[in-house]
Amino acid sequence: MGMSVQTVLSQVMLGLNNGVFYAILSLGLAVIFGLLNIVNFVHGALYMLGAYVALLGFTMLGPLLGKPDFHLNYWAALIVAPLVVGALGVLIEKTMLRRLRKFDHLYGLLLTFGLALIIQGVFTNYFNVSGDAYDGKPESLSGVVDLGFMLFPKYRVWVIGSSLAVCFGTWFVIERTKLGSYLRAGTENPELVKAFGINVPLMITLTYGFGVGLAAFAGVLAAPIYSVSPVMGSEMIITVFAVVVIGGMGSIMGSILTGLLLGMVEGFTKVVYAPASSTVIFLIMVLVLLVKPAGLFGKET
Amino acid sequence: MKSLITLAALAVSLVAVPPLMAAPPKEVVSDGVVKIGVLTDMSGVYSTLGGKGTQVGVEMAVKDFGGKVLGKPIVVIGADHQNKADIASAKAREWFDNEKVDMITGLLNSGCALAVQKLGGDKHRITMNTGAASTDLTNGAWTPYSIHYVYDTYALGKVTGQAVVQTGGKSWFFITADYAFGQSLEGNTSLFVKKLGGKVVGSVRHPLSSADFSSYLLQAQASGAQIIGLANAGGDTINAIKQAREFGIGQKGQKLVGLLIFDTDIKSLGLNVAQGMQFTSGFYWDRDNATRAFSKRFFDIHKAMPTMDQAGAYSATMNYLKAIKAAGTDEPDAVMAKLKSMDISDFFAVNGKIRIDGRMVHDMYLMEVKKPSDSKGEWDLLKIVKTVPGDEAFMPLSESTCPAVKK
Repeated sequence: MGMSVQTVLSQVMLGLNNGVFYAILSLGLAVIFGLLNIVNFVHGALYMLGAYVALLGFTMLGPLLGKPDFHLNYWAALIVAPLVVGALGVLIEKTMLRRLRKFDHLYGLLLTFGLALIIQGVFTNYFNVSGDAYDGKPESLSGVVDLGFMLFPKYRVWVIGSSLAVCFGTWFVIERTKLGSYLRAGTENPELVKAFGINVPLMITLTYGFGVGLAAFAGVLAAPIYSVSPVMGSEMIITVFAVVVIGGMGSIMGSILTGLLLGMVEGFTKVVYAPASSTVIFLIMVLVLLVKPAGLFGKET
Repeated sequence: MKSLITLAALAVSLVAVPPLMAAPPKEVVSDGVVKIGVLTDMSGVYSTLGGKGTQVGVEMAVKDFGGKVLGKPIVVIGADHQNKADIASAKAREWFDNEKVDMITGLLNSGCALAVQKLGGDKHRITMNTGAASTDLTNGAWTPYSIHYVYDTYALGKVTGQAVVQTGGKSWFFITADYAFGQSLEGNTSLFVKKLGGKVVGSVRHPLSSADFSSYLLQAQASGAQIIGLANAGGDTINAIKQAREFGIGQKGQKLVGLLIFDTDIKSLGLNVAQGMQFTSGFYWDRDNATRAFSKRFFDIHKAMPTMDQAGAYSATMNYLKAIKAAGTDEPDAVMAKLKSMDISDFFAVNGKIRIDGRMVHDMYLMEVKKPSDSKGEWDLLKIVKTVPGDEAFMPLSESTCPAVKK
């Protein structure tokens, strides 16, 4: 297939659209790994949960409260879903992950993987696996905009814009503010930071809550584009972990940039040789691990 | 050494015993139980249209039959093949070898179906495929023990392809699931499109269960084809249709045609998005009183109306049990002979007949999705545009490459 400028530009937009999901999810993973040293396998399930908070808030919350006309609208869901899922994250951290702190990474990985299977299993039992349509997309975001080289859905422009804002906002807070410096110091030497009178365990709990809240935010963004289904997270999470590995575990900016980049690489693969689009990221992962085992942005240890 | 002696003794006894005594009293039902295995996608992209619902169909048939055949109990077991051919064939092997399973049904996903059907052929066990679509199952991959019950890519491609080309859809671009089923569906549909003077301008193959179709849709749009043919199924078709709408594709001139669509897909999409789409099906719950009666009972158990796979699994099981009863044994060769000679006629199959190549030929239907304003209930989704007699819909034996068909 010949590649005109128009084709290239449209694929960049589509790639960016996929890339922001990778970026925002791998960012959450990187934050959690950086501060808690936990490989958070439950991330995909919580992303799915975020989408379901939006869906159920829209369809079921009203009737449940006895007000059939009440719908939790999209904008409210963008705030509520991360809060609900973040609170669940806090609960998970406080009751389970905390107990595993002194052990090897592997235990945290097993626990979160098990949680992911349980959450996904429960949802598979009650909801349609081929997915349900989310009808709460706001009127102001429907329709398409003419970008000159293609017609692009308004909603996707919003997804790209808001995700980038959240990603870089997070990066800014962690790398450039005082709060961020506490967080980073807490990873390096928790004892010393405690000595300065900072409540490190609380900081860790909230960080985990924030990390999984990001996943829920992405889930709400995804709901109007993809079908909301119990397996949407598990399909995503494997790719996202590959992104994290390629970017380098724990590097904030690395995970954002790698996410965006790989979204585009995947997009181009769909034009050049579509059957390879589900494997190209893993191929890159293999190559990167051979050349730079710590990942593109990771620090060698 | 001991076995050699036993063998020798057996040989001697066979020769020595007078002919009348030669056939020892045959075990009427092997292992004293008729066991039916439902092996299908229970958790993935196809589980809504098949999955547990297929098992519900089989269990209903067993219950309606009375739970026993030839005085022996009928047992139903189910498993998830996760759309992986290796898992499907390992499970089927375990079922055949250790679990004494006599017949496997369901088998959504052509990749899995081909693997299990081959194994069934090797082990002399019956497979009654209600879920998968590839025409290979009744051609190159045919076995004396295989039955393809509900539909196939030939019938889908022919009925839908003809309907679309005849109403002016001459140039096609395919978005195809990249495995046995998608390729077979694209191939068969292309054949009819070309036969009727249409042309295929291009195609793109995507991995099974893709979340994002926007890139493929834009390629299809850029091709300028009048028709974008979706040679995929389940969650993939749903995502493709939804995203096409998002990008405004299929509203100006170009038309989207789903080649394999199930009622449950329409339910997921909503009538608003799906209205006006035409496709081919082997069954619709709201066709007549008999289908409605069955579907209502099914709904009470499963909380959804049956798809053609799920209703087909009921019919396949019921006729399998009838054949055992008529043959007086569950011995696979005898049962297959009965199945291929009896008339298949129930709420599901109108004018049904199982041919020598294992194809169950029955009426197929060209369906159209209703407008939201025409729908009177949650499941009032479709109308039947045309009934196509089985002999016209399915591949004639003269075109078959099945080894059992004498040319």
